[in-house]
Amino acid sequence: MTEAEIEAMQDAMEPASAYDMHHDEERIEKRTLAAIVDNEPGVLARVVGLFSARGYNIESLTVAEVDRGAHMSRITIVTSGTPHILEQIEAQLLRLVPVAKVIDITNSKSGIERELALVKVKGKGDKRVEALRLSEIFRANVVDTTSESFVFEITGASSKIDQFIDLMAPLGLVEVSRTGVLSLQRGPEPGA
Amino acid sequence: MAPKDKPSAKEPEQITGAEIVLRALVDQDVETVFGYPGGAVLPIYDAFFTQNAVEHVLVRHEQGAGHAAEGYARSTGKCGVALVTSGPGATNMVTPIADAMLDSIPMVVLTGQVPTHLIGSDAFQECDTVGVTRACAKHNYLVKDVNDLARILHEAFYVATTGRPGPVVVDIPKDVQFASGSYIGPQEISHRTYQPRYAPKTRRIDQALELMTRAQRPIFYTGGGVINSGPRASEVLRQLVEETGFPITSTLMGLGAYSAEGDNWLGMLGMHGSYEANNAMHDCDVMICVGARFDDRVTGRLDAFSPGSKKIHIDIDPSSINKNVRVDVPIVGDCEQVLEALLEAWRERRPKKTPSLKPWWNQIKEWQARDSFAYPKSSKVIKPQYAIERLYELTKHRDDVYITTEVGQHQMWAAQHFKFTQPNHWMTSGGLGTMGYGLPAAVGVQKAHPGALVVDIAGEASIQMCMQEFSTAVQYNLPVKIFILNNEWMGMVRQWQQLLHGERYSNSYSESLPDFVKLAEAYGGKGIKCEDPSKLDDALTEMIEYDGPVLFDCMVEKAENCLPMIPSGAAHNEMILSEITGDEIDEKGRQLV
Repeated sequence: MTEAEIEAMQDAMEPASAYDMHHDEERIEKRTLAAIVDNEPGVLARVVGLFSARGYNIESLTVAEVDRGAHMSRITIVTSGTPHILEQIEAQLLRLVPVAKVIDITNSKSGIERELALVKVKGKGDKRVEALRLSEIFRANVVDTTSESFVFEITGASSKIDQFIDLMAPLGLVEVSRTGVLSLQRGPEPGA
Repeated sequence: MAPKDKPSAKEPEQITGAEIVLRALVDQDVETVFGYPGGAVLPIYDAFFTQNAVEHVLVRHEQGAGHAAEGYARSTGKCGVALVTSGPGATNMVTPIADAMLDSIPMVVLTGQVPTHLIGSDAFQECDTVGVTRACAKHNYLVKDVNDLARILHEAFYVATTGRPGPVVVDIPKDVQFASGSYIGPQEISHRTYQPRYAPKTRRIDQALELMTRAQRPIFYTGGGVINSGPRASEVLRQLVEETGFPITSTLMGLGAYSAEGDNWLGMLGMHGSYEANNAMHDCDVMICVGARFDDRVTGRLDAFSPGSKKIHIDIDPSSINKNVRVDVPIVGDCEQVLEALLEAWRERRPKKTPSLKPWWNQIKEWQARDSFAYPKSSKVIKPQYAIERLYELTKHRDDVYITTEVGQHQMWAAQHFKFTQPNHWMTSGGLGTMGYGLPAAVGVQKAHPGALVVDIAGEASIQMCMQEFSTAVQYNLPVKIFILNNEWMGMVRQWQQLLHGERYSNSYSESLPDFVKLAEAYGGKGIKCEDPSKLDDALTEMIEYDGPVLFDCMVEKAENCLPMIPSGAAHNEMILSEITGDEIDEKGRQLV
């Protein structure tokens, strides 16, 4: 090669990498997916490993066996990414051998998403009364009481739980435990 | 997977786990296993000792066993099998597993494991094999109960060989190998959650036909999926190419599916592909991608990849579709079945008049006239490209020539200059790019094809990565030929350093090279050295005719660059050609065509 050719090639290769460094920024969306999987040892590790290996996000993840007889589990994953990435996530999940089905809850009009949280609030006097009053509005249950604290149990959409936690913050919020999102679809049929 | 019929009412015969392994291998028609013994697999080795149905080939390093199994699989279309011990045996196998995963090669890897009660105790030679291989295998299993062993083994073969093929690991603790349990055969297999799709949707075939019949500048872009689909897929592809008259290019993995001597062949595409193939990809109006996956070495810069074309993508793996490049007609299915359907549709439902392809072919012929694989000839030193050309010319009359490669410049030159006319005759590490692949792969190929001519086209750096397998070749009388293009550099690294890193050649010079002739002789094989172009043919003939393993040290031009080349981050129509072809274009155009 001539000097000029080599120089041209060096220019063309900026930044100095053996890989194409261009990529487009697309808008990020949130999505809830439900994966029906064979509950074999390591299945959760496969799913989680897929997300970490390919750089996908996990915002929440819940898993439990839902059919003891058939050893099938349901994993609900809340993830985010560009539409292209989200499509890939579904395809890559289906590529795992023990994954039977992946349901896009967000894009099925009939999706129901629910989360449960336990919220500990410490306070006395007016703040304590206010916390209890708000918990009734949010239909939260009191599952533990001491003279200066409550543990509330609240279920609902994640946004409702977020809102409840925000309201509890000035009233003496101590700590929170959340299940992550669970999902099903409305109507008589199983999810698809 | 569940066996269709339960074992009969009478008590099933009880055999040990090790015997179950052997019986399952026999029932899966496995003839050869590549392996290396160790503490955690001794019961299985004991079972090998008392039978003749399955042959065990003893390698010199576990990595060699994996690549040999890959070579065996790729040249036969069958499933490769490797057997290694726990801990280091398993970790040494990780590279071949990852290699088989990226190149979609069917392989079952059996690994020993410490006894179940010791798992998790950091026992001697313990490693979390299923944990380590989860990220790089198609699937894996830890067998904790001997009564699951037979079912899991058959399932492993099923998963490895169906759908998009890949490596499957079965980790078998030593106590499970000793324990007695019942055997079940590979009855009709259906898997509960794993159900690959083979048949294409008719609607998609119609859409593809519609695009194909309107195409003025069509191109077939084919890949390793055609090879994996079986020899029939290649036959149908050839018919379809002939009847449509479309030009065809292929990825590195797909070479041989369409004959490189065929009329419509444009040569390989991609980073080191031909000028005509890459320009045709860039300018086409309909692209038919068959069993390829739009790899970054193929597409170049994605936002400039074939901007004006409608794209049809045939792949058995739905996750390959729309992964890197958006396509217009996705067809999920097995290449053979989809190509059959397309051929039938083309024959029966094509409109009487389709656009003339003449202008397109004229354009392609202009590109071809550049002769982008041409290189400056020399009578003083052996040009590496010349060495490959001579190897091809001296062997092309045979139909039993199998080529493996290591990774680097020699690999690209082999892909450019050796003309592959049949599927399953070209074994190279495409996806993972594993140096050290070629020699053990050649051992596996030769084992499967005893009388054939198996040549590992190598570099002097790569060959040293799995050199020890030459000893395996000698032990089993496997007459593999290692053809080293010795330029005393890690050539591809040197080339990138020249182009990208200001000619600072950091650690890429092959210092202290062994005397390869003496090395061959020390192993009990034959060594040949050649540095004179006029003597190359004689030396090659000597290599080809020698009945035994040969290490051929071919001294070639040291600073030769592998061209043409699409620089990373550039588009298909921005190729760098070699200096000798550019006389007809100006200086600026020559830099970036």
